[in-house]
Amino acid sequence: MAQKVAVLGAGLTKFMRRAKETGKELSFEAARMALEEANMDISEIDCVVMATAPDMFDGVHMKGDWLSDGAGAKRKPYMRSYVGGGSGVFAIIHGWYLVASGLFDTCLVVAEEKMSSTMPHPQGAFNAIYDQFLERPLGVNLLWIFSLEMMRYMHVHKIPLETIALVSVKNKKNGLDHPCTQKGIAGNYTVKDVLNSEVIAYPVHRLMVSPVTDAAAAIVITSEHEAKRRTDKPIWIEGVGWCLDTSYWTNRDLYYPKYVEYAARMAYEMAGIKDPRKEIHVVEPYDPFAYKELHHLEGLLLADKGEAPKLLEKGFWDRDTKDGIPSCPSGGLLGVGNPIAAAGLMKVIEIYLQLKGEAGKRQVRREVKRGLAQAWGDLMQVGTVVILSK
Amino acid sequence: MNVYIIGIGLSAPKKISPEVSFREMIYEAAEKAYLDAGIEPKDVDTFVSVSEDYEEGTAIFDEYVPDQLGAVLKPVHTICADGITGLASVFAQIKTGHFKIGVIEAHSKLSNIKHHFHVHAMALDPVYVRPLEVNPYFVAGLEMGMFLDSRGYDELDTAQVVAKNKANALLFGRSPFGSFISPEEVLLSQPVSDPLRELDIAPNADGACVIVVATEEIAKERRGDLIKIAGIGFAEFTPNIERWEGDADYLRVAAQKAYSMAGIRNPLNDVDFAEIDDTFSYKELQHLEAIGLARFGESADLMREGFYDLSGQLPVNTTGGNIGNGNLSLMNGLRAVYDAVLQLRGDAGNVQLENPETALIASWKGLPSSSGGVLILRREG
Amino acid sequence: MKFEGTPLDSKQFAKELNVEWKGKLEYEWDCGIALSKFMEGLKEGKILARKCYACGRVMIPPRMFCESCFRPTDEWVELKDEGEILTFSVSFVNWDASRRKKPEVPAVIRLEGASENMGILHKLGEVGDTLEEVLKNVKIGMKVKAVWKKEKEREGAITDILYFKPVKRKK
Repeated sequence: MAQKVAVLGAGLTKFMRRAKETGKELSFEAARMALEEANMDISEIDCVVMATAPDMFDGVHMKGDWLSDGAGAKRKPYMRSYVGGGSGVFAIIHGWYLVASGLFDTCLVVAEEKMSSTMPHPQGAFNAIYDQFLERPLGVNLLWIFSLEMMRYMHVHKIPLETIALVSVKNKKNGLDHPCTQKGIAGNYTVKDVLNSEVIAYPVHRLMVSPVTDAAAAIVITSEHEAKRRTDKPIWIEGVGWCLDTSYWTNRDLYYPKYVEYAARMAYEMAGIKDPRKEIHVVEPYDPFAYKELHHLEGLLLADKGEAPKLLEKGFWDRDTKDGIPSCPSGGLLGVGNPIAAAGLMKVIEIYLQLKGEAGKRQVRREVKRGLAQAWGDLMQVGTVVILSK
Repeated sequence: MNVYIIGIGLSAPKKISPEVSFREMIYEAAEKAYLDAGIEPKDVDTFVSVSEDYEEGTAIFDEYVPDQLGAVLKPVHTICADGITGLASVFAQIKTGHFKIGVIEAHSKLSNIKHHFHVHAMALDPVYVRPLEVNPYFVAGLEMGMFLDSRGYDELDTAQVVAKNKANALLFGRSPFGSFISPEEVLLSQPVSDPLRELDIAPNADGACVIVVATEEIAKERRGDLIKIAGIGFAEFTPNIERWEGDADYLRVAAQKAYSMAGIRNPLNDVDFAEIDDTFSYKELQHLEAIGLARFGESADLMREGFYDLSGQLPVNTTGGNIGNGNLSLMNGLRAVYDAVLQLRGDAGNVQLENPETALIASWKGLPSSSGGVLILRREG
Repeated sequence: MKFEGTPLDSKQFAKELNVEWKGKLEYEWDCGIALSKFMEGLKEGKILARKCYACGRVMIPPRMFCESCFRPTDEWVELKDEGEILTFSVSFVNWDASRRKKPEVPAVIRLEGASENMGILHKLGEVGDTLEEVLKNVKIGMKVKAVWKKEKEREGAITDILYFKPVKRKK
């Protein structure tokens, strides 16, 4: 039967547009920091899991193997999982099943992304995500898929652009309080600033898009008996869920992320949660684009379809809300940066810190006992969800 | 709680497969596996696929996994590792108690890559190794040289692996690569990266394999022998090829875990046959020694004595290994598991062993990696 | 808490010691049964879909198995080369993040004869050269029709359709 699994330590590097450090060095720094907090040595780690998004960023095939030494995996059981952008939250799910299976007692979970290596621009690496037969020949572009989805979402629910811009405003302001925030990303923006920013692919404006980032994140997770003997304040993994929809994304109505709902339901069931709106006290949904946070909050069943934007206008998702559910208190990808896999794990770490009461200036106002982190990935396809509690 | 293999399906290895897309090829293997398992994909709780983007020519290949497995809107994820490590992922998920039936998939469309060595080159360290601009097979050549030197072996010792495996493949009859060839003829083939020659290298092939795994409760609802996953292990050594000492440490670590789980103290006694990665001929000997199916420096002699022949004490690569079946890249490990299950079930045709009970399968992720997995299967009932 | 990392600006980044590699990564992907026929159809100016009798869906891109029912699909169906826009966007950015003066207008279009929500990705043309023009001329739900390459220029590729243009409504 499943063992209970806890998070004991977390590490993050700065989020940078261009890091001097290599991917291996970034992984090492984050891993070292997580081990330090957990008061553990690498020799006490039974297995290592790595999450990192497209190999094309680093320009290294079998990137997982290449990064393994930076992640402390020499002569250890090691696996790299890959669900595109969902990988950062999947990383903790991956570590969870390895420990919950009883096969391993301790696991080091590392997420790395070094996007700056790709020339001329990391965005180009995303061309190859599209179908090679029917889509790539059209001269596709990563932004298309987001702008097409955003347009559909706005159209079905009649959401004004101003409301979506509020997400950028909220998250970029929250990001000012995150110590790792990428330079030039966070700030006190207004809705007007966001809507005045360059239209890159209508309806997406530049300030609604998260940046390209290099960074790494890591956490240490252990089985229940290891956790209990090492700490008084373990943070438990209560539920996990993940779900992948069809690759035929043009056959789906993009206004609603069903795959996020299914992943969330799986996690809620595992955690015994019947009423998520009451039982989830803080949430970190994936926000690579401003509208995505709202899209995902609805998929997570924390708001009815089409309602998340209205709640946003009312301050329901604000960090200092008393009756609402604070969303992206970290600042999210819009406010801290988007090193794809590391960004997802950063969100998990944020929930961990919030539950421990160690989020400093970002600590939410309301009392929190249970939090949820979610990531998205692939071609508008993957939802990965983890629920932590204290 | 025990975990069993309840279904296997294969789209048989071919040199090229232009008549089917990767989707159609994997669908064939999935259909067969589900039929064999007596399930429908809607019964499956979790799906894992192993793949690497650069081999597919697609970024985030994970996107293209669910449809042909019937896994749409289900828990699906990709593990970038060899087939046995991928299978270990499914095994672990079932052991958590939250999943009852799991599926692992792997495939190869190596024929679609125009310059395979350019893909291999992308896996070499971009700062320290790639700029040397040497064909990546040099990594295998260097390791082979180191392996032969350290054991005092020569090229005839590794050539006998090629002879044995190609003969087994010919006998089994499924693969296009079987033939009768002598070790001396292997030494006449083109040198690729001394001492590695062309015939030492498993030729590329296309194919797909799907394996269904389930809990004991579900396995027992089926007729026929039960194939239990008695032990499984996986490990990474180091990507820094300068550190390699020619010993396949990744398999030594993986085997330790697998043996411990399976309660095996003396593998030579307890294992009836083995399917061992032989992507390069020397690898079979190197891997046998790493996992204790031969002592250091003894595998070549044992092989010469016929110890590993079909009629020997411990048959290795009964259907021909990768040299005999083709190099299917990340699918190699699963193809080996598939063939091991055929043996255990008594379905191995011309190469059928007499009443085998315990199989060991060892897989390697492929050039230029240093990771792999070891699986112990036991037939019950 | 100290967070490690040495951020570099673009000038420093260019000066830092680095190595470059331009890979030769070329692939020839097997189209397989469904897409080969589809491509041949495009060469002939036809758009082909596959029908699954079990769920009744008429699917494009065509596929030899229905991913929903997990069974082989049953019949080829020719679709009209006209349909409605499910969603669209106005893009001013190229694949490499460089900016464009004239926008590209990608769209998901549901062709007549295909099932509900069964769209394909393509581009719109003759809809304007500025954001304002495009937003005025294009609406979700609008009817569009394919503009094909001349027959002898077609290759059997999705680009045999140059783009989709608005269908003028007859009053």
